[in-house]
Amino acid sequence: MANIQGRVWKYGDSINTDVIFPGKFTYTVSDPKEMPQYALEDLDPKFAGGVQPQDVIVGGRNWGCGSSREQAVVCLSEAKVGAIIAKSFARIYYRNCLNNALPAIVCPEAVEAIQNGETININLKEGKIICAAGEFNFPPLPEAVMEIFNAGGLIEYTKKRLEAEE
Amino acid sequence: MPLTFAEKILAKKAQLPKTVPGQIVEITPDVVLSHDNTAPIYGLFQRMGGVKVYNPDMHAVILDHATPAPSTKHAENHRVIREFVKEQGITNFYDIGKGICHQILVESGLALPGEVILGSDSHTPHAGVMGAFAAGIGRTEMASIWAIGQIWLRVPESMKITVNGTLPIGVTSKDLALYIIGELKADGALYMSVEWHGEAIGALPLSQRATLTNLMAEMGAKNSYISPDQLTFNYLKDRARRDFEAIYPDENARYAVEMEYDAGTIEPMIACPHTVDNVKPLSEVKGTPIDQAFLGTCTNGRLDDLAAAAEVLEGKKIAPGKRMIVIPASEAVYLAALQAGYLETFLKAGAVIESPGCGPCMGNHMGVPAVGEVSISTANRNFRGRMGTKESEVYLASPAVVAASAVAGEIQHPKDI
Ligand code: SF4
Repeated sequence: MANIQGRVWKYGDSINTDVIFPGKFTYTVSDPKEMPQYALEDLDPKFAGGVQPQDVIVGGRNWGCGSSREQAVVCLSEAKVGAIIAKSFARIYYRNCLNNALPAIVCPEAVEAIQNGETININLKEGKIICAAGEFNFPPLPEAVMEIFNAGGLIEYTKKRLEAEE
Repeated sequence: MPLTFAEKILAKKAQLPKTVPGQIVEITPDVVLSHDNTAPIYGLFQRMGGVKVYNPDMHAVILDHATPAPSTKHAENHRVIREFVKEQGITNFYDIGKGICHQILVESGLALPGEVILGSDSHTPHAGVMGAFAAGIGRTEMASIWAIGQIWLRVPESMKITVNGTLPIGVTSKDLALYIIGELKADGALYMSVEWHGEAIGALPLSQRATLTNLMAEMGAKNSYISPDQLTFNYLKDRARRDFEAIYPDENARYAVEMEYDAGTIEPMIACPHTVDNVKPLSEVKGTPIDQAFLGTCTNGRLDDLAAAAEVLEGKKIAPGKRMIVIPASEAVYLAALQAGYLETFLKAGAVIESPGCGPCMGNHMGVPAVGEVSISTANRNFRGRMGTKESEVYLASPAVVAASAVAGEIQHPKDI
């Protein structure tokens, strides 16, 4: 989990949850395993077929704005996307990412520098992004969130805590 | 060290002397709100191994999004929720027709100064009108709170909005909020705690203050706060469910952003399709034909909103071929509007009155537009497809302007009909 190496899929500003996971599927597709095939359908039809585990999405401002639908995160975490780097995230989207153990990294400088299609490295522990244009730092994830990450997401984390209480 | 409201309340809840923006704290909220989505959250709770909720008294479960049930599927969903609250011993349960969740939290004395309210609904910041810290969260994390009673929160940066002066006659807090959203844009307060200051805010009745905190969700805010004052305390006098202790920001607190506005310069504003920050003065969009006018929602479905619309509609008729839908925000508002004679005014004008709930606000039922139609609404969102079909347009405005537009059949100023 600490190190991620993957190819970049770069997009623009204000990408909303409707184009990340189409609203028309929110009530018809309920199995997380089926969600990746619709990911970013209305934004980049090539994404769902081409994405590889550990690939990194790079977005502009306010990534994930719009509705609070969690499928817009799950369709990417289930596709084993390594991380999302953006200039900023919509608040609930950001929380949904961390709770689904999908690293959401705010680093505007890196977003400017990273090129679409290049392969980059991310060190989550040290808060470092290495790309062709150089090295960029971001605040490492706080410990409370790291625990959720290490458990594999909030569902697993809560399960463990409940079990521990018994 | 002087603290903002958010820094102070989260420090208190986390039992820390202070907090700083960006810090992560673990807290136990005072109230957790869920609505028709209670059933799917319950499913997640069970997947986590949950059997009994951490504290049934923490819950407020309010059915409002599709009530009364428009289909068997919705009815099944409601049935599961009724069984859930019974089995878990949740007493703060409001069945269909009681009202919209954000309105009920305030009306029933569950939104209290100095408390933390988390809701699985994006307009939860509404409850900040009572001086609470109120924020929306996702479904999985709601299920997790049900199970373990705790959640991580990032201490937000704070934005201070000071509004001086007095709003001109006929201009409401809806116009003020739309004006500010138009200026600062949909991500203007992203992840921030928005505090309202200034004499113009203190002069507003509670219901109009709530329109402000409600609409901050459309600027990306985590929560929005208005200092409780005598008006707040009087309102809570026979209503508050518990003793509470108000929390105020410190005098010299540090804000990430400070904005100042002069209320006297605000005019009636309209949010145009298809984003809430696409705001124009009414004077620029006057004359745009509409098919349907909708008065209601958690943003503007309260008694003074209905009063403002009734004043415009008194003795008038909805334009031929056009429709108007009225949905009071709660049972209490419905009853008060009945007693005040507003409902009679609406009926005589030709409007349709429906039972309290969200109705067509997010396209569920009770008056969704047809393909190609144009709506003007008192709601808080006008995204493409929001009211049901992508091929329709939604304009957002204050209650009086919505009523005037229904009479004119086109977007219109109340004084011009
Ligand atoms: S009235 Fe509209 S905005 Fe308010 S809670 Fe209901 S659906 Fe959401």
